[in-house]
This record gives sequence, C-alpha cells and structure tokens, in this order.
Amino acid sequence: MSEQKSSARFINIGERTNVTGSARFKKLIMADDYTAAVEVARQQVENGAQVIDVNMDEGLLDAEHAMTTFLKLIAAEPDIARVPVMIDSSKWDVIEAGLKCVSGKPIVNSISMKEGEEPFLEHARKCMAYGAAVVIMAFDTVGQADTKERKVEICKRAYDLLVGIGFPPEDIIFDPNIFAVATGIEEHNRYGLDFIEAVQEIKAQCPHAKTSGGLSNLSFSFRGNETVRRAMHSVFLYHAIPAGLDMAIVNAGQLDVYDTIDPELRDACEDVILMRRDDATERLIDLAESYKGKSVADEKAAEEWRGWEVRKRLEHALVKGIDAHIVDDTEEMRSAIDEDGGRPIEVIEGPLMDGMNVVGDLFGSGKMFLPQVVKSARVMKKAVAHLIPFIEAEKDLLPESQRKAKGKVIMATVKGDVHDIGKNIVGVVLQCNGYDVIDLGVMVPWPKILEVAKEENADMIGLSGLITPSLDEMVTVAEEMQRAEMTMPLLIGGATTSKVHTALKIDPNYDGPVIHVLDASRAVGVASKLLSDTQRDDFVAETAAEYEKTRAARAGKSPSVLLSIEEARANNYDPFYSDKPAPPLKPGVHVYDDWNLADLRQCIDWTPFFRAWELHGNYPAILTDDVVGETASQLFDDANAMLDQIIGEKWLTARGVAGLWPCARDGDDVTIHRVRREEHVTLPFLRQQVKKSRDRANMCLADFIDPDGDWIGGFAVGIHGIEPHIARFQADKDDYSDILLKALADRFAEAFAERLHQHVRVDLWGYAPGEQLTNEALIKEQYRGIRPAPGYPACPDHSLKPILFELLEAEQNVGLTLTESFAMWPTAAVSGFYFGHPESEYFGVARVGRDQLEEYATRRGVDLETAERWLRPNLD
Amino acid sequence: MSARARLHAAAAERVLISDGAFGTQIQERKLTEEDYAGDLGLKADQKGNNDILALTRPDVIKDITRAYLDAGSDVVSTNTFSANRISQADYAAENQVAAINIASGKIARALADEYEAKDGKPRFVAGAIGPTNKTLSLSPDVEDPGFREIDFDELTAVYKEQAAALIEGGCDFILIETVFDTLNAKAGIMAVKQLENDLGREVPVMISMTLTDLSGRNLSGHTVEAFWYAVRHANPITIGLNCSFGADQLRPHIQSLSGIADTLLMAYPNAGLPNELGEYDEMPETTAGLVKLWAANGQANILGGCCGSSPAHIKAIAEAVKGLPPRTIPEDNSAMRLAGLEPFVVAA
Repeated sequence: MSEQKSSARFINIGERTNVTGSARFKKLIMADDYTAAVEVARQQVENGAQVIDVNMDEGLLDAEHAMTTFLKLIAAEPDIARVPVMIDSSKWDVIEAGLKCVSGKPIVNSISMKEGEEPFLEHARKCMAYGAAVVIMAFDTVGQADTKERKVEICKRAYDLLVGIGFPPEDIIFDPNIFAVATGIEEHNRYGLDFIEAVQEIKAQCPHAKTSGGLSNLSFSFRGNETVRRAMHSVFLYHAIPAGLDMAIVNAGQLDVYDTIDPELRDACEDVILMRRDDATERLIDLAESYKGKSVADEKAAEEWRGWEVRKRLEHALVKGIDAHIVDDTEEMRSAIDEDGGRPIEVIEGPLMDGMNVVGDLFGSGKMFLPQVVKSARVMKKAVAHLIPFIEAEKDLLPESQRKAKGKVIMATVKGDVHDIGKNIVGVVLQCNGYDVIDLGVMVPWPKILEVAKEENADMIGLSGLITPSLDEMVTVAEEMQRAEMTMPLLIGGATTSKVHTALKIDPNYDGPVIHVLDASRAVGVASKLLSDTQRDDFVAETAAEYEKTRAARAGKSPSVLLSIEEARANNYDPFYSDKPAPPLKPGVHVYDDWNLADLRQCIDWTPFFRAWELHGNYPAILTDDVVGETASQLFDDANAMLDQIIGEKWLTARGVAGLWPCARDGDDVTIHRVRREEHVTLPFLRQQVKKSRDRANMCLADFIDPDGDWIGGFAVGIHGIEPHIARFQADKDDYSDILLKALADRFAEAFAERLHQHVRVDLWGYAPGEQLTNEALIKEQYRGIRPAPGYPACPDHSLKPILFELLEAEQNVGLTLTESFAMWPTAAVSGFYFGHPESEYFGVARVGRDQLEEYATRRGVDLETAERWLRPNLD
Repeated sequence: MSARARLHAAAAERVLISDGAFGTQIQERKLTEEDYAGDLGLKADQKGNNDILALTRPDVIKDITRAYLDAGSDVVSTNTFSANRISQADYAAENQVAAINIASGKIARALADEYEAKDGKPRFVAGAIGPTNKTLSLSPDVEDPGFREIDFDELTAVYKEQAAALIEGGCDFILIETVFDTLNAKAGIMAVKQLENDLGREVPVMISMTLTDLSGRNLSGHTVEAFWYAVRHANPITIGLNCSFGADQLRPHIQSLSGIADTLLMAYPNAGLPNELGEYDEMPETTAGLVKLWAANGQANILGGCCGSSPAHIKAIAEAVKGLPPRTIPEDNSAMRLAGLEPFVVAA
C-alpha cells in the first residue's frame, strides 16, 4: 500500500471513540468523563480520520444514554462535527437514538438479516427516513458468513432486497466479516483470502455499493504484539484495497507504510493472509516472538540514543528528563575522567553542567517548559547524588575557591505561611542554571533567614508567600535586614506579591536591592544580572528607578473617593429577603472523615493546576495548544498516573466538616446562635467604602443575611497524609513528583470544597435539591449561593478563620490547624462561609477607611494596631 | 397528473415565480388587537400573531395572496410560518394550530385555482412550515453543550400536526423553510414521511435553508453542500435558499448548490440587508436585477422574495426573468454523499 493511494481513495474510519476498540475511551465513558472523551474524538479527526466511529456497546453502560450524550457533545465542536459520524451498535434502539441526534448524513453500523428479512427491511426503511448510509453485516438467520460463497450470496440477497424498496445503492456498505487468521485452527487459514476475494465479487455484483471491514479482528491471535498486528493490518489492506475495499475501521495513526515493514515480517504476514504456504502460521508465530513487547517507536528510539557517546547520552537524558540510565552513564563518565587523571567534580562541571546549560537555554528561549525542566532537574540530582560519595572522599583536596557555582541563593517561605510549590519551582530552576540553592523550607522566621544568609555568605535571599499576611512578614524581613546592615539583594515572589506592593511597602524599608520576581522563568535572568560585574549596577538602578516611578505615580494619583462608613452603610445592598432559602433540612455540624477521592477526581479544576506549573491556558484546550500542548499533555498524563496511585494506594485522606447555623444580621455583623450551647458568636464583616457609580451598592457579606432571622454556613476541608510521600520523593531527589503531588493535593482540596458545597445545596441545606450541574458548570460556580473564604476579596480578614474553626471544631473534627498568620495546616485546605440567598454574589471589599478600621477593631474586640495588621492590604 | 409532475412540467418550460413576504405586507395595514383577536376568545393578546389572521381577518391574507398572484406568482405559499404548536404557545393559541393551517391552505388553494381557471397557467400552493424557535442541534446553555431544549420526536410531532392540517387545507407541497438547524429540517422530513404513511400517498416537500454567515453556513454549522446531502433523502421537489442576506451575498452559494442539486432549485432572498432602522429599502428593480443573474446563468428554477419583498418586487422579478431558459437539473452521479458540517463524498 502506498500512502498516496490510501489517502486518495481509501477511507479511514477512526476507531478510538469505540468502547470495544479503545480501553482508554471505555474508561473515560465509564467514569462519565465526557470532556476527555470529546478530546479523543478531536484527536482522531486531527489525526486524519475521515469518519468517526462511535460505539458504546458495553454491558455496564446505558449505551443509549452514552451514545446520545456523546453525539450531542461532539455536535457542539465544529472541529469534530465537520466529519460524518458512524453510529455503531449491535442494538437497533441505540442506533435509532443516535440517528435522532446527528444533523448531517451519518453511516449506520450495522444492520443485518440475522433476525430475518422483515426486521432487516424495517431497519433499512428507517435509515432511509432518517437519511443515513448503512453498513450491512454479512449475517443471516443461519449465521455469520465465513466462506467466500456465503459472504457473496448474503450480500447479493441483501442488495436486491434493499434496491427493491428504493434504498439508494450508493448508500449501501457491505461488511463481509474479517475474521482472525493464524489461530492454529486450519479452517481459519482461508479467512483473509476469503474476505479479499468476496470483496471483489460483491463489488462486481452490486453496482455502486461499498465495502468495509473491522481490521482489528484479523490479528486477534497476536494481542499484545503491536508490531506484528500493525504489519498484518498494513499487508492486509495492501491486498484488499485493490480488490475493492473502500473503507475500514482502523487507528489511522497506527498503520505502517507497506514498504517500511521489515521484509521478513512482511513476507511472513503475506504468507498467512494470502495462504501462500502450509506452514505460514507456525512461521509467523515463531517470528512474532522476536517482536514481542516492543513498539516500533520505542525500539528505534532506544537503539539510537543508547548507542551515542557518553557525553551526548548525558545531555540527551537531561534534556529529555530520562532517568533510567543516568546512574550508569554518570558512572561511565566518572571512570573515564578518573582514568585521565581527572576528578569526580569535573563530571558535574563538565558534561552535566553542559547538559543543564542546554536545558537552561531551551527553557530561556521558550522551547522547553517548566514541567520538563523539573524533570531534567530530577535527572541532574540523581547524577549528582551518585557523585557525592566520590567528591566527599577527596573533599580535603578541594579548596573552597574551586567551587564553581554561579551564586548562592537562600530561599524561604516566610513565617506563618506554609505554601511552597512556587518556591520549590524557582529553586529547581535556579539549580538547573548552576546556582547553589539553600532552601530553608516553610514557616521560616526572619532570624533564621538572616542567620543562614550570613553564615553561608549568600549572594541573595529569595522570599516567598501565598497568603496576604505574608506580605507583611516580608516587610518585616526587609526591615530586619536593614537593621542588620545587610546589603545583599532581596528577591520577592509568590502569588499575592506584586511589583506595586514591593515598590510601595518593601523597597522603602531596605537600602539593598529589592526585586520583585514575577514568575520562575524570570528568576534566572534576575539572579544572573545581580551577580554580573557588568550588568548589576545598571539593573539595580533601573529597578530602583522603576519602583520610584511606581511610588510617585501612586502618590500623585488621587485615590478613589471613600464614603464614610455611615454613608456606605446607608447605600447597602438590599436583597429580597423573602427569597431567602428555607431553613436547612439537616442543621448543625456534619463531619466527613474520608470523602471518596475518586469522586473528587471527577470535579478537579485543571486550569489552575497548569497555572501552578506556569503553563498558561485553559484546560482542556491547553492540551492541544500549539506551543505548550505537548508539555501540558505529558504533565497531564503524569498527573493522572499519580492520581491513579493516590487513589489506588490511598495515599491521601480528604477530611471535611460543614456546619449550618441559625443567625441574624446585626448591622455589618452576623450573629450566630449556637442553639445547643445557648451562646452567640459574632462574625464581623467588612463593607465596601469606595464611592460607587450609579446605583451600585456598597456591599458587605452581612447584607445577604436577613435581620429577622436567617441561616449561614461554614466549612473547612483538608487533604491529609502527604508527608511520608513527600519525604520519599525528597529522599529520591525527585522534585518533579514532589511538586506534582503537592499541586494535586491542592486540587483535591479545591475539588472537595466544590463537592461539599454541592452536597450542602442539594442535601444538608437542601435549597437546590434538583440541581444537576456538569463539571464545567460546577467549576464556573453556576449555582445558587456563594462560599467566600476569609482572606479573599469579599472577606479579606484572615483572622475570621479562628472563629470559623471554632464553630466547626475543625481541629477536633478534621485535624485542621492554623498558623499564627492564619495559614491552614495541612497546606492543601480550603475553608469559608456559606451564603444561600439567591442574590448573594462575590465582590471585593477593596480599600476601607480609618473610620471603619477603628469601628472594626471595636467590633472585633482587639486593639487598633492588631486590626491594622490584619487589614493592612485594604488600608492606604 | 400529480402535483410533482405538474411542477416539473411547468419548470421545464420557464423560470417560475414564487411569492414575497407576508410580514411586511401585514405590518403596513396597521391592524389592531381586535383585528387579530377576533372572537376566538383566547386568553393572551394576539397582536403580532400574523398567522391567526387566517381565522380572524381572512380578507387581509386573501388580499396579499391576490396581490402576489397579480404580480405573477406561479407558486404561492401559506401564511403559516409560525402556525405550529411551539410558536403558537406564545399566544396561548396552541388549540388553533390545526384551524389556522387548514384555513390558510384553503385561502391559498381557492385563489390559486381561481387564477389558474382564469388564464390556464398552472398555479401551486406551498404549505409553509417555519423552523420554530427551538433547535435540535444546539444547546441554549453555553455552559452545557450537551443540553437540548427539545428532542427529535417532540419536534417531529409538532411538524406533523402542522403538515397534516396544511395538506387537509389543500396544499400541493410542504415547504420546510428558513432552515437554520439542519436537524430540525430532518425532523420535518420525518414528519412528512410519517404523514405519507398515514395518507398512503406522496406528499412532496420543498426545503429551503437560510444562511447565518457569509461563509455560507447555517446556524447549526452546515455548509450548503453538507446541508443538501443531509436532506437529500427527502427526495425534495425543490431545494434552495431563502431569507439569509440579500441576493448579492447569496450568489456564490446559489452557484455551488446549483452545481450539485439533482432537483429543482428555488431561491427567495431578502430584499437586501436591513438599514439602520431595521427596514428593507432595496428597490424592486435592484432585487430583480440581482436574481435575474442567477436565472441567466442557468442556476435557478423558481425565484421569489423573502423579508422586505413586496408584490412590486415579485412583479419586477417576473418581468426580469421572462423569456430566460430554466435551469436544467444535473444528473445523479451515484456517489456516496455523506456529511458532517462539511460534505464528504465517496466517488462511485
């Protein structure tokens, strides 16, 4: 078969959206993951399928439901819906349900005379009425046609009947049954040849009719031996197409070009299919042994790079992130250098650093992405770990000045904060680029940071943090560095940090250079400039000038006008309290010790996961993105493999608590009545004070609560059990898995919060019992009610968390604790309040005035200074 | 002779003329709520329910149809674009669906017969079926692409009720027009096939697609070719395009449809594009000049007008195409013609 011929006349029907043909697709459909299933269809069309076969015949599935759901979903995807659909089922009901959802002209696969001529014609008439071409299986009441004669006889009989009722002959496609050959049973030997000869005869006897076949049956005896199966399929088509075969259900991406098949294998396949020798089956089985368990691609790739010279192999392993041979290759390199009288450190300084420089260059120029770089770092660390004992052994011989690291960076997540994914990524990137990184971990108090920096004679300090109180702690670190008369640069990074905050709040407190680093990809550029003799002064001056400009712009800008708190309160949001939800069906506190992780996996919001890896774009489109698609897909596969393990081996436990309490609004406070304890708990909320245009209200969360009695809820969820696995990965120098697991734990926590909120709406509170939302709709929060979290814009005061935790008894019930800055532990955790009023919505409190601050301090019962610290991000 | 055979015979001789819009003609008469409501005693206001005038002000519908026949129409359609159960629900008039369609069919039938008797030229009545405001292929909820407001069987039943009444009223053909969703049209075809089964005779259909963008696709995303392959099983007596934009923008799509459709081609575009006030102000001579080009290129068998067109437009078109030879129908090529949103043809 030449490729040209196949594309010009022969029709490839994609088989990947067939639960009987694709284990992966089946798994997705069984798991109700239609979003990913739709992507399978998209890939098929992209890979050249001219028609896509959709089959949902699986015993445990409601095939009719699955068929119509999937067809409706792909109808909404122009990239997929552009090609015709083949509605594939052995059940007529499923086919007819499918026909009612397909708007073009599809193919029905299949009908037959299995039950006799009348039902056959009845189905054919319906296909005509719906407007579909149809595949006819060579099958009658006697059974499936196996010999050439039976195939031809049944097809001709069916043809005459169909043409007799006015069925357009060009819309008839015969499938004369491809059966397995080389099974060892002698009667099966003719099956391939019978099919090919029958096709030729059917085409001659039935004008305008087409022929088709399902190819995978042919090679059934060689399951698991991809190389042989591909070769058999290609050889079969090479002979069947000239005989008149018009189409086949095949994996278009998995056909070999006839000419490129190993001639020995090709001949053996041909002998079997065309029955050219009596011992053809035995010979193919013998030959097949030598191809077992190898895919052609793997084989080639493995052969090629493993044969390279050792330096090239090291570079390749680093760039590709392959750790399978790294210890052997490193050792080979080390002994080679050793024989030449060199030292083990030279392996690092020479070939390994050269390889990492390639990685750094590729990353810097946007040709590699973060997940790949982290994998490269894993390989590097393993190589270095192998060399350490050798280096230690000769340590005495090595003067300090010989060390060639580009610079030494102290990194820490500041006191009160436990988030370290971003910090770890920056650390890895810096290490990849030859920096010596000393990572002090999370919750690091300032004295420790300063102490280590001095001890280690560091070149710079990098601070990280995710929650807003960390911004303050960074200011403290800067102030203390100033007091200690340090001069080394201070790098600021993390999700809540910004250039503006750095310029306004941190930079003025420290005379040394302060640089805000936007993301990990900028870290190397910043560090190298700071350590460059020629660039440093300019860079520092430029940045300082930029921050000065930022400050000047701020100072010059008249800030938005603030209303007095009384004026703001007079302009409050006034919902229809009559619309408030009915009291909960199940009030009180509900504890969930071990929420099913497999369930949470279903509602993971993947977009933020990719963002954590600095891959920007929305899931699932990101998987097929021109630039980062390949990396994102690889990362996604790795994540799913780890999810399989997390769930299968029960690495993590999702524990959560939700509570629903009677309450009433009292000004901007919400007073909760804890009935059983006969006590009242006050939740003070903050109100927007920025003057609003037109008739928009100055919102406060309390506005959504009826002063005459209402209900409010709270929740806290956390993902437990990550520590031993993280320790294992760290021991294994596996940053990639370390970051991956942490990122996934975060996703689980978010998914749990989403799922629990749903459970509250549907069941516990029960104001939306009939709610049925897709996963996407859930992620986009298209439901009634909100779940604002302390520390986020609508409720910016983190210090409400202790009150919430107390209400929920979160520590006793689900083992969640708070740091002094109100960060939650374990790190992968979410907490917040539930508001059920249909008009409740998210908003940002933004800037508040002195008057509200002073009043808030009173309401909270704390001194002004404490309140000021809590609300600093919202103050001028 | 069957209506199908008579239409083919007439179309073999000359380019035939259909009619123009009802809506704009009715608007000009400034009818009141009382005119619309009549004495039907329906619960909701009827103003704007143009189709119900067949029952409450039949004289208005007769006048308009007469005006088109005077202008030169060979094919007149019934004023029943929205006379289906779904659209009539907006006026609480679902129980009038059968009556409206029967009455409308009778009005058009009587006038067509009257004019045919007068001059001996054959006249035809097309019972018009609009798309309804529901769609089978698209989700009204952007966040839930798998959701559908209605299913195939429901819509088929809605169409069948209307089609049966139109045939009872004396229509020659069922005109499934302004098809924005191809699957809706397939439900319409299914309805007519079921009706044929019930009646035990052929009910020929005319199918007319409307384009929603200049690249030549309807709302469900089908190209003109894909649309033809998706509905060809109906063996329609005409296939074509209506509404959409003006004749100028329709030109390339008429051309491609003409090349592949092995049946009569009927086209009735809007009178240009609406101006800033939403009014159609293309002059009759302009419209006529544009559609004349299609006839002159042998690309059309039946021509008329849609939104904004008046008897004056129809008269101008009739005069413009007089004497031009009709399009010859291309031969069936026996290829297997499949379609997704785009056509896929497997050569014979």
